[in-house]
Amino acid sequence: MSSAVGSTSAALGRPFLFDDDAESGGAPVPAAFARSGKAAAVAEDLKKPAGQQSGIEIIRSTISDRKSTIPLTSASRLEIGPAPEMVSSGISAVDHLTGGLPRGCLTEICGAASSGRTSVMLAALAAATRRGEFCALLDAGDALDPYSAAAAGVDLDRFLWVRCGDKTLPARKHLHVDFKHYRFAQSESSQSEYRLEQVLRATDLLLESGGFGLIILDLAEVSSQSARRIPLTTWFRFRRSVEHKPTILLAIEQQPIAGSCSSLLLNLQVPSSHLSALSSTNHAEPFHAHFLSGLQIRAERTRSRLDRKPAHSVRFETTTEWAVSNRKQITQLPNYKITK
Amino acid sequence: MFACIYIPNFSVAAAFRAEPDLQARVLAIFEGKPPLEKIIATNEQAKNIGITPGITKAQAELCPELALRPRSALQESSAHAALLDCAQSFSPCVEDAAWDTALLGLRGMASLFGSLTKISQAISDRASALGLQANVAVASNPDVALLAARGFRGITVISVGKEAEKLSSLPVEVLFSERLDGEEKKSANALVETLSRWGIRSLRALAALPEVSLTERLGQQGLRLQQLARGSVSRTLVPVEAPMVFEEAIELEHPIVLLEPLAFLLNRLLDQLCARLGSRALCTQELRLTLDLSSYTGIDDECENAGIPSESDKSDEVTRAMWGQPPKPALSEVERAVRRSEVPLARCPQTRFTRNLSLPLPMLDPKVFLKLLQLDLNAHPPGAPIVKIHLAAEPARPRSAQGGLFLPPSPEPEKLELTLARIAGIVGEQRVGALELLDTHHPEGFRMRRFVAEVARKVPRKRTPDAEEAQSTVTALRRFRPPLRVNVTLENGKPTRVSCAKRKDVQGDVLWKAGPWRFSGDWWDRDAWSRDEWDLALRNGEAILFYRLVHDLLSGMWFLEGTYD
Repeated sequence: MSSAVGSTSAALGRPFLFDDDAESGGAPVPAAFARSGKAAAVAEDLKKPAGQQSGIEIIRSTISDRKSTIPLTSASRLEIGPAPEMVSSGISAVDHLTGGLPRGCLTEICGAASSGRTSVMLAALAAATRRGEFCALLDAGDALDPYSAAAAGVDLDRFLWVRCGDKTLPARKHLHVDFKHYRFAQSESSQSEYRLEQVLRATDLLLESGGFGLIILDLAEVSSQSARRIPLTTWFRFRRSVEHKPTILLAIEQQPIAGSCSSLLLNLQVPSSHLSALSSTNHAEPFHAHFLSGLQIRAERTRSRLDRKPAHSVRFETTTEWAVSNRKQITQLPNYKITK
Repeated sequence: MFACIYIPNFSVAAAFRAEPDLQARVLAIFEGKPPLEKIIATNEQAKNIGITPGITKAQAELCPELALRPRSALQESSAHAALLDCAQSFSPCVEDAAWDTALLGLRGMASLFGSLTKISQAISDRASALGLQANVAVASNPDVALLAARGFRGITVISVGKEAEKLSSLPVEVLFSERLDGEEKKSANALVETLSRWGIRSLRALAALPEVSLTERLGQQGLRLQQLARGSVSRTLVPVEAPMVFEEAIELEHPIVLLEPLAFLLNRLLDQLCARLGSRALCTQELRLTLDLSSYTGIDDECENAGIPSESDKSDEVTRAMWGQPPKPALSEVERAVRRSEVPLARCPQTRFTRNLSLPLPMLDPKVFLKLLQLDLNAHPPGAPIVKIHLAAEPARPRSAQGGLFLPPSPEPEKLELTLARIAGIVGEQRVGALELLDTHHPEGFRMRRFVAEVARKVPRKRTPDAEEAQSTVTALRRFRPPLRVNVTLENGKPTRVSCAKRKDVQGDVLWKAGPWRFSGDWWDRDAWSRDEWDLALRNGEAILFYRLVHDLLSGMWFLEGTYD
């Protein structure tokens, strides 16, 4: 018994189509049945006296034929889709917090500048390339530092970098001629909107192309005001495109903008205690004896559609490139011993 | 056994191959210098309405539905190359007998294709796929196969011992090629005429003549013709190795101005090229498109609107008036007619426009090639009307890839190439690709290179998960491109306040600083650089921002190079 057909019929006050004891008068005729040419025969039969009606039998035989060929499942028996595969984000604290990054879903990582978004992004890139996957970064601000990427362990052969914001291209107005998907309310083209357009178009193309394990939209340099102008339908389209694919779609931004389209939302910030730790360095030493050893980052899981646990946060530290190399040099000294 | 592939009416077949739409039309091919052009070949429909080779072009033009095309050496040479490709795709032992004829040995092919009929059918199908309607004949010796292919339409298989019987019904004209020129043609015509006067019109009659008498009258040539008619000549093939040149070209009667009609022609050329490459089990990794351009614009050319004052005429008049010269006399009707009759394209100077499309991997998909060429031409338009299109493909071995069930997915090379070309159209050519770090300490020491989806699998270095994570959690720098110029307040040579005129959110007192560290490089070059770097912490509202501040020692200016994020 199809619940969808049944409920519609009930709402209209008509007998159920697939009920065995349905009366012939109010039953709607299926389109396939009407096309088959039997409808005319049934109509003729319905005009006959009750004892001679064979049209109902024809309907029943047709329906039983359809039942046998088309499997019908009631809504109550529909199964919940399988949970997405979770893969490592490259940072164990983040994995502990979220279970990893979900494939086939949109994940948002947001935070202000210097909150560790890029470090998390590069860690995810490095982890994905270590798995042998191809990755793409759509860089709206053209802000990637290649040395940081290399230091994070990103395999540069498996990494596609799309740098948006080329000013040598024709004006944005010209691009609008064949570009209908993204129309913004304001007619004045600002640089960030122009870059945003490029990112969204390139994302569409990459998602359509397929084969990438991780696609990152780096919108951190796009102002929140411009980013909020991205129509929600765009995010729905992205979510739909990436669904059922082994691709992680990751958006880096200042504030959450994808709404309910994102499956996981992480909020990053640098705790104020980090500054006090920096300020407590010995001022008697010259400034070139100080160095930035890293950032303390607090990651909060603001929303997750994958499990219903309450918001939770973790802290982790990133290390600057020179601090890593300095530590390596120290550990390579013969008399160095790790003391706890 | 030997097979012969023969293309009847070769000039027309070459035109059909270049323009398949012509097959439904009445077609005549002309040759010669204007105004003495003559029709040299026609299709069956043209013959039915009385247009035969030998009449002048002016006479043929009286037929309104007739499509007239000049004889094109380029088209014929492409068709000939396709014919050889077709033969080479079956056997390495191929003789290039004539422009319209190829002979090939069939030894050892029965195990691959089956019976001789099946082999012939396969050859015919392959020729058809290459745009050529061929007669295919199979016989025990090459000359019998050749005569049968010239004389019989479609597929002919002559079993051993029945050569003379099968050839007997053919006319004596099949002994001579259609495409003879000069003295050879004259002597062939004289021989046919002589035989005709004797009443010898078929090979059966020629074969029945007494040998001695025939030799006395026609010499050794007559005897050879008789042996050919009897099918008793035995010889070996003279194999040639077809050059690996894959080129197709179209000469246009009217110049093309828009890219859309150009795409149709490119599609046709690409289909032909890919079919030829495919028949040789090859792919291509480089396409060279050469367009001959004309300075003829169609708007401001006196040839187009003869007699009507054009922009150049007007400017000429202005110049004459400026120098006090009398204006040009108006053209008479006769002069206008003469100017109209002149072909402008021949006189206009031509320039050449070339585009090279190099692919990361060997491919053989005409649709992908077409789209890539379209995107490339959109980004780099030729800039003038096109009068000739020449497309060449560099052959390459097909790539062999071993898939694996447990390997992570990777983008399809063809699809990826198209996607990258489209993205390059959006963001710029040099702004999409893979990164390559250069051997320099320069802060922007990298370059973009082509992104290829097929990467040799590297043997991963064995590392513990902790070591991998320690490497991954590197504090990243987000660069400002170009760097932000800032004003810096110094106290004892150390920055205490930073402000940026361009960005109001980047300003404040320095909460924490480390540095300076001096870097310099390329001092031997014009692009020398020398700088001091500082790491700063600034407060922006509630947030703390970490910046890299750079003091350019050569210019004395301060910049913010990026944020630690």
